[in-house]
Amino acid sequence: MIPLGYILGFSALLFGLGLYGALTRRNAIRMVMSIELMLNAVNVNFLAFSRYLNPGDPRGSIWAIFVMTVAAAEVALGLAIILMLSRRQDDIDVDKVHSLQG
Amino acid sequence: MAQWAWLVALFPLLAFALMEVAPGRLRLRRDTLGTVAVAASFVVSLAVLVDVWAGARAAASWQWAQVGPVQIPMGWQVDPLSAVMLVVVNLVSLMVHVFSLSYMEGDVRYGRYYAILSLFTFSMLGLLLVDNFLGLFIFWELVGLCSFVLIGHWYEEKANSNAAMKAFLTTRVGDVAMLIGILVLFAHLGTLKYGDIWSAAQSGQLSLDVITTASLLLFGGAIGKSAQFPLHVWLPDAMAGPTPVSALIHAATMVAAGVYLVARAFPLFSLSPTALYWVAVTGGFTAIFAATIAVVQDDIKKVLAYSTISQLGYMFLGLGAGSLVAGSFHLVTQAFFKSLLFLAAGSVIHAVHTQNLHEMGGLYPRMKWTAWTWMIGALSMAGIPPLAGFWSKDEVLLAAYRSPYPILFWLALVAAFLTAFYITRATWLAFFGTARDEQRARHAHESGWRMQLPLGVLALLAAGAGLLGASWFGHPFTHFIAGSVPAGTHLAEPEPAGLVQGLALLAAVAGIAVAGGIYGGGWVSRASLIRAGRPLYVLLKRKYFVDELYGWVFVKGTVALSWLTGAFDRYIVDGIVNAVGWLGVQLAYATGDFDQAVIDGAVNGVGQAVEGGGRLLRRAQTGYVSTYLVTLATAVVAVLILLVLRR
Repeated sequence: MIPLGYILGFSALLFGLGLYGALTRRNAIRMVMSIELMLNAVNVNFLAFSRYLNPGDPRGSIWAIFVMTVAAAEVALGLAIILMLSRRQDDIDVDKVHSLQG
Repeated sequence: MAQWAWLVALFPLLAFALMEVAPGRLRLRRDTLGTVAVAASFVVSLAVLVDVWAGARAAASWQWAQVGPVQIPMGWQVDPLSAVMLVVVNLVSLMVHVFSLSYMEGDVRYGRYYAILSLFTFSMLGLLLVDNFLGLFIFWELVGLCSFVLIGHWYEEKANSNAAMKAFLTTRVGDVAMLIGILVLFAHLGTLKYGDIWSAAQSGQLSLDVITTASLLLFGGAIGKSAQFPLHVWLPDAMAGPTPVSALIHAATMVAAGVYLVARAFPLFSLSPTALYWVAVTGGFTAIFAATIAVVQDDIKKVLAYSTISQLGYMFLGLGAGSLVAGSFHLVTQAFFKSLLFLAAGSVIHAVHTQNLHEMGGLYPRMKWTAWTWMIGALSMAGIPPLAGFWSKDEVLLAAYRSPYPILFWLALVAAFLTAFYITRATWLAFFGTARDEQRARHAHESGWRMQLPLGVLALLAAGAGLLGASWFGHPFTHFIAGSVPAGTHLAEPEPAGLVQGLALLAAVAGIAVAGGIYGGGWVSRASLIRAGRPLYVLLKRKYFVDELYGWVFVKGTVALSWLTGAFDRYIVDGIVNAVGWLGVQLAYATGDFDQAVIDGAVNGVGQAVEGGGRLLRRAQTGYVSTYLVTLATAVVAVLILLVLRR
């Protein structure tokens, strides 16, 4: 069986990739994809801890499913916003969108 | 018939009500309506008198109001005194109604005149009919109101409305005393019904002091209404009203109400020698006081007005001397001859359009009917037998002669001389001699039957009414009137004295002769007479300066007092009020400042602090998603580092 540390390392790598992507990309679609990466890194963590520390308890898997559901909703919402953005200004560079400035 | 006596008062009331609500065409016939109503009343009152003369009496009373535990009954009664007065009032009122048809023709307020005349007649009859002091007081004020309205009939002239006001206010002085007198009786007995009060007084339920006090207070009302000294000043001014009104209200009926009051309350007065003494003294003094003024008056109506005051004084003298009959008998005869004189004067005034005796003269050939009826009235008043005035004045003089204070008899005798003198003077100046104003005299003429008929009827009565009380027929009036007081009332019915009759006749003849000599015969010229007695002439001409005195004391006094209270009000009361107001304003300023500085400051401070904070924090809201993300990531890392470090 693969030791827990490997899996956690993988998920940390995945999260780091996502974070990096989210912070550096200007394209909104890419940003959303990066956020998905981070969420999935979390999912991996949930499943890993569930499997290794508390086998037989389904709560970890259930949380993962919840996260996926929320992520799906979030993607739907994010894509809708991006769609509107592209319709309004034919560009989805997030640095050009700051109408919510205080 | 006596039980229908209340109808007498009902007719004029209905007429008045109808006149006030009647529409259109009926409104134009208010004169006829009023005259017919009074005629109907007159017929009923005659029937009532006949019935009462035969011994009938009637009374009714009912519960009128209840105030807490106090029951207030109201009712009416007829007895000889009121029955006689009902006929007198109705007759004079009817004559005045007929006379006015012509005299007031085309007047600006013709309809209203008749309406008030009806109201007056109703009130006067009510005054005679009621059986208690409360009702008496109500009607007493009602006749006063009608008098006020009619004196001020031509109110466009300031002098007339002033005269009306003067009459109202002067009589009010007496009325206050009268009201207090009534309340004194009520406080002691708890009833205002005549009969109850008389029997209570006679059975000794009231102390002599209370009887005297109540009587004198009631007499105060009589002094005001009957224009006795010192409240006589309103009656001469009341001549500002139409002449028929003077005849009805200010000669025959309303002014006689004071005499009626004393006669009505005679069972009370007769128990108190003090009260009777003051009634007699007031009457005797007023009789001669007013007669002297009448001697020098130039206005024919003023002569008659002072004459009325003087004759009313006679009545009080008679009552005060203890003779109910003398007072009430003179009341009846005076009503006839004085209203006759007034209506005749009205006829003259109507013909020559002046009231000044010195602008008349020489009217006899053109106004024989008026002149003859006037002379009958004048002779009757002067006291020439067998005319009415002789008999009644004789009764008064006799009563004074037999009373405990014979000085009053001599005063009254002098007044009788003066009466004969001034009325002869007025007669001569008006009807005889040369016409001093040709223009006026030439156009003078009689004014038709509506004015001549009343003169004729009243002349008949002024001549004949005295026979009712004449010794030739055994004094029927005396026995009749005596029936209107409860048995046991002390009635002084003096022995006839030939001396008194002789002296009275002598005084009357002497007065006529002297006046005739001076004015007709030209014994002495008027001018030299006036020059000889200059101070006296001025004193009389100015009516003893009573008006001036009242003007100074009461009018000026009232004005000064009101100035004083006005100043107090302006400076002290207003000062306090203004100071309080000023303090309030200052306090308001202070609290206003506090409000703005402290409370508003706190409220605004909170707002400004929030705004400032918001201005600072809004910089964090860049609107760039990347900034947020970086901040978020940094924060998470920072938290993680902190967590790790704390471990």
